[in-house]
Amino acid sequence: MDFMTVLQLLDSTIRLATPLLLACLAGLYSERAGIFDIGLEGKMLAAAFMSAAVAFTSGSVWIGLLAGIGASMALSALHGLASITFRGNQLISGVAINFLAAGLTVVISQTWFNQGGRTPALTGPARFENIDWPGAAALRDSYRAARAEDPDTLDLTGIYWELISGHSILVYVAFLLVPLTWWLLFRTRFGLRLRAVGENPGAVDTAGVSVVGLRYAAVMICGVLCGIAGAYLATGLTAGFVKDMSAGRGFIALAALIFAKWRPWYALYACLLFGLLDAIGNRFQNIELLGIAVPVQFMQALPYILTVVILAGFIGKAVPPKAGGEPYVKER
Amino acid sequence: MDKMPNWADVILIPLISVLLALIASGLVVLYIGESPLEAMLVMIRGAFGSAYGWGYTLYYTTNFIFTGLAVAVAFHARMFNIGGEGQATLGGLGVALVLLLVPWPHWSVALLMAVLAGALLGAAWAAIPAYLQAKRGSHIVITTIMFNYIAAALLVYLLVNVFRVEGSMTPETARFAEVVHLPNAADFAGFFGFRASTPLNVSFFIALLACLAVWIMIWRTRLGYAIRAYGHSEKAGVYAGINPTTIIMVSMLISGGLAGMMAVNVVMGEAERLVLEFVEGAGFVGIAVALMGRSHPVGVILAALLFGALYQGGAELQFEMPAISREMVVVIQALVILFTGALDNMVRMPMERFFLALRRRGRAADTPAE
Amino acid sequence: MTQAAPHAIELKGISKAFGPVQANKDISLSVARGAIHGIVGENGAGKSTLMSILYGFYKADRGEIFINGARTQISDSQAAIRAGIGMVHQHFKLVENFTVLENVILGAEDGAMLRPSLAKARRLLTELAQEYHLDVNPDAIIEDLSVGHQQRVEILKQLYRQADILILDEPTGVLTPSEADQLFRILERLKAEGKTIILITHKLREIMEVTDTVSVMRRGQMTATVKTTETSPQQLAELMVGRKVLLQVDKAPATPGDVVLKVEGLRVVDGAGVERLKGVDFQIRAGEIVGLAGVAGNGQSELLEVLGGMIPAQGGQITVRNQPIDLTGRSSNGQTRRARGIAHVPEDRQTEGLIMPFEAWENVAFGYHHDPAFQRNRWLMNNSAIKEDCAAKMERFDVRPQNTRLPARNFSGGNQQKIVVAREMERNPDLLLIGQPTRGVDIGAIEFIHRQIIALRDAGKAILLVSVELDEILGLSDRILVMFDGRLMGERLAHETDEKELGLMMAGMTSRDLEGAA
Repeated sequence: MDFMTVLQLLDSTIRLATPLLLACLAGLYSERAGIFDIGLEGKMLAAAFMSAAVAFTSGSVWIGLLAGIGASMALSALHGLASITFRGNQLISGVAINFLAAGLTVVISQTWFNQGGRTPALTGPARFENIDWPGAAALRDSYRAARAEDPDTLDLTGIYWELISGHSILVYVAFLLVPLTWWLLFRTRFGLRLRAVGENPGAVDTAGVSVVGLRYAAVMICGVLCGIAGAYLATGLTAGFVKDMSAGRGFIALAALIFAKWRPWYALYACLLFGLLDAIGNRFQNIELLGIAVPVQFMQALPYILTVVILAGFIGKAVPPKAGGEPYVKER
Repeated sequence: MDKMPNWADVILIPLISVLLALIASGLVVLYIGESPLEAMLVMIRGAFGSAYGWGYTLYYTTNFIFTGLAVAVAFHARMFNIGGEGQATLGGLGVALVLLLVPWPHWSVALLMAVLAGALLGAAWAAIPAYLQAKRGSHIVITTIMFNYIAAALLVYLLVNVFRVEGSMTPETARFAEVVHLPNAADFAGFFGFRASTPLNVSFFIALLACLAVWIMIWRTRLGYAIRAYGHSEKAGVYAGINPTTIIMVSMLISGGLAGMMAVNVVMGEAERLVLEFVEGAGFVGIAVALMGRSHPVGVILAALLFGALYQGGAELQFEMPAISREMVVVIQALVILFTGALDNMVRMPMERFFLALRRRGRAADTPAE
Repeated sequence: MTQAAPHAIELKGISKAFGPVQANKDISLSVARGAIHGIVGENGAGKSTLMSILYGFYKADRGEIFINGARTQISDSQAAIRAGIGMVHQHFKLVENFTVLENVILGAEDGAMLRPSLAKARRLLTELAQEYHLDVNPDAIIEDLSVGHQQRVEILKQLYRQADILILDEPTGVLTPSEADQLFRILERLKAEGKTIILITHKLREIMEVTDTVSVMRRGQMTATVKTTETSPQQLAELMVGRKVLLQVDKAPATPGDVVLKVEGLRVVDGAGVERLKGVDFQIRAGEIVGLAGVAGNGQSELLEVLGGMIPAQGGQITVRNQPIDLTGRSSNGQTRRARGIAHVPEDRQTEGLIMPFEAWENVAFGYHHDPAFQRNRWLMNNSAIKEDCAAKMERFDVRPQNTRLPARNFSGGNQQKIVVAREMERNPDLLLIGQPTRGVDIGAIEFIHRQIIALRDAGKAILLVSVELDEILGLSDRILVMFDGRLMGERLAHETDEKELGLMMAGMTSRDLEGAA
């Protein structure tokens, strides 16, 4: 494997890790506040559909993004209603939201576009363009010129023009969200209260801060980030919505969150790892390992297998926020 | 004193929840631009209006009884088994293996062995998440979801690389031998007008037997007693000497086995070969069925019938109202899970207030002096 | 006390109902500024509800609240904090993986950034610590602190919020007597600084020791308010329960027989790696009640649980009638213990002893569901036999209502406990383990249960009694063991000891220390 192949692999790792990272951070806000969310998948899917549909109709990907976030937040509100206001089972609510999104996206897209549950392909301003950083194009051209003369040319500037430059704005947003989330959680009043409400809501309540308000805030932030994740899927990574396009990414993000022990920087590493797995699987249809041909289905299943291994605690123990999953009821 | 009578808890609240789910679904249909009432009539006619409709309705019902029971048994031990889909997939594998590898003399013997094989592999697929939950504390909801994806990948691999018939392009096994084809409703109930092509087969009776067996197991045996006790309070279970690992393992094995048995109906009874994605979401429908049926076998039968009718009616709906896509059924299923499961308190709290007010008025009438 | 100054707190006609339960009924109360006022009452008398109303946790159905003479609406905790009211809850409201500093500022931060808030809090905390002698390391993580220090953090939290009125709900339940004494000294100091303190407790000793005035609550009503110097524990006890009570239980001297239970070098390490029992040795003979005294959390629960087969032991051995018992293997569980003649009334009937949604008859088989008498055949249980058995037990133990089909949660606390006690005692065990037999049980049922325990002793059974109520230990036991920090501090004959001596031992003084001091 030469250097350029590695770069290309890492480049697609970044693209594929982006939706995972956004969804993973989304889950981080929600679960840090004590609300389990297995509905990340559904929210991403709803946002993917809505952003693609509105981007196509309006011709603007930005309006599409807003619509996607709106759809995801609506489902978040539903999750909040069920698990905060009515103190229902957070897991069951998440399952319901996943099905609701899976069903509604197809039903509505059929009504709007009549193309068998997909949106028309997006072009031009209805998609997020890749941003070329200053000088990236010139460096790429000079590399290509050099390679024409000597095929074995090694060019470290490729890290700049291949890996760092040339992604859609949402990719950079996702990676910037990591330090931002860390800062918000550990350096601000909001973060202190958010973490407290996931550990001991009683402490927050008796301190005169609204448990319900904080948890809704966390769930809605989760909605926003899932919205961006879904919009990236349909308008950045690909050019339009197809049925079930989130394809389990919400669950991989959830797994990454567990792997990351609910911490922002670890979440970045976990998502990059799963992104890399995905990229390898996409690039190499058949891999020979020690003389054995690894079937492509194994590569597809690997993130799920790894997640189970992680969950089994063979790689460190993951301790979730103490009050996670439990609705808050005032003590008598 | 209980806040409301038992019948309200068991019957009234699920009914109201399902009604709310149907009303919400009606609003979606209205938005699509069709009449919800008309859509409902089409569905009811499609599901129950003919022997043809009944055949499919009861065929789907059979699937949902199995997967609903699977979720229900796990619920009694306070386990949330979202892995019915994967367990049924593995069950299908077991059924196909048994039917392809052994030349059975008669369908009845084959059926018995297929049920066992399906249950065995379904149980095996549930055993790993169960073990990890019991011994390593890995959240069973997440692991069973992961196992669904792994099972799907496994089935694709096996059908493409191992079981595919030489020269065929479709990823499916060979057809099973003629002798192991199950009698269908045309054979045992032809007098109702079932045609030879009806998918309803003798597996339906196995599903009903499974309901009876689950009822006996849960409410009449020591195991069921221990499962229910553990489900209500793990600490109390330990006090009584109930081994948590045993309960988690056994209840999940039964649950996975029931999910695996669902494959008998589809793979052996209908398709007569193993095909890709034959489970078609029945594992997930089981969640809605168990929630709606309050984890009771009788409730499961009724809820499975409702969903069987929805699936068959939904198929008809697609013919008569092409604007409404088949996924409408998934929406209804999601709304049923939402209202009967997650939003249970939304219905329950006003009902409790209502019954409390009723009782207070009753008492005030009895003792006016107070 | 100057009568001219307005009262710090004045409650007028407070009523509150939860559904059909009237928790507070027309309660009026006034507390002078700078006083320590006690509120005593049995469990469920409505003390906590009243204080929760004052702290804005609940809204009263009727009534008015005046703070420093001004009528005040307390709609939520924020309003209570603004009115200068602080509350130290029975179960601390601390975030365990946060530092002391973070816990103190939570909800009372200055501005959106944490850094300046933490710096300010650090300064203020140092001042408060000096002023009230409340030393705590501001950077310590809560879960690393002792219970006594955690309580200090709670008090500091309130002082940081400039509370003038401090409510403490059962503050000594988890403290050793010496920690409790320290707390009382802190309260005196707070009082000297002009703070008003309300102390909720059911321990009369504390009331007599530290309060200026005291109110008694019974069944949601305020039955009396008196000056502490003008009353006595006996009078308060009568006011609490509404009739004369015998603090002493009538019983004949014990006639101990053969050794039934022998425990040697018993060690238990919990899941977090903390050693809960550090080598415990004792024995119990037939026909005697051995009481195990100690502040909650010193290993008594673990001892009961390991004897009852709920948790494994990491060392030592136990014999019942000279036969060793498996403490680690697969056969170490509640089932095999029962088979060996050990019955167990667990400390918490609601989460351990009963399955609350199960009907009474199902609960009567709980733990004994393998009993051959309850089986119809190899596969099925004999539900009608269980129901008959349940009806008989309900009759003998006077469980009301006598309805085998009623779910356990619908019985009162006392009747729930009678179901558990009936189930365990009627098995005619060699050894009865009984934890907190009368917690949250009404006075009539207490007397009944106590008589049953003594009757079982007189029938020649060995009994191990664990209770946080020293009165109960002293009243029922023949011999008393005192536990502190996973060890037995010593043994006393019940009629040769008193609360004072036991209290010292519960605080970690060994028998030898006491003899040396004497």
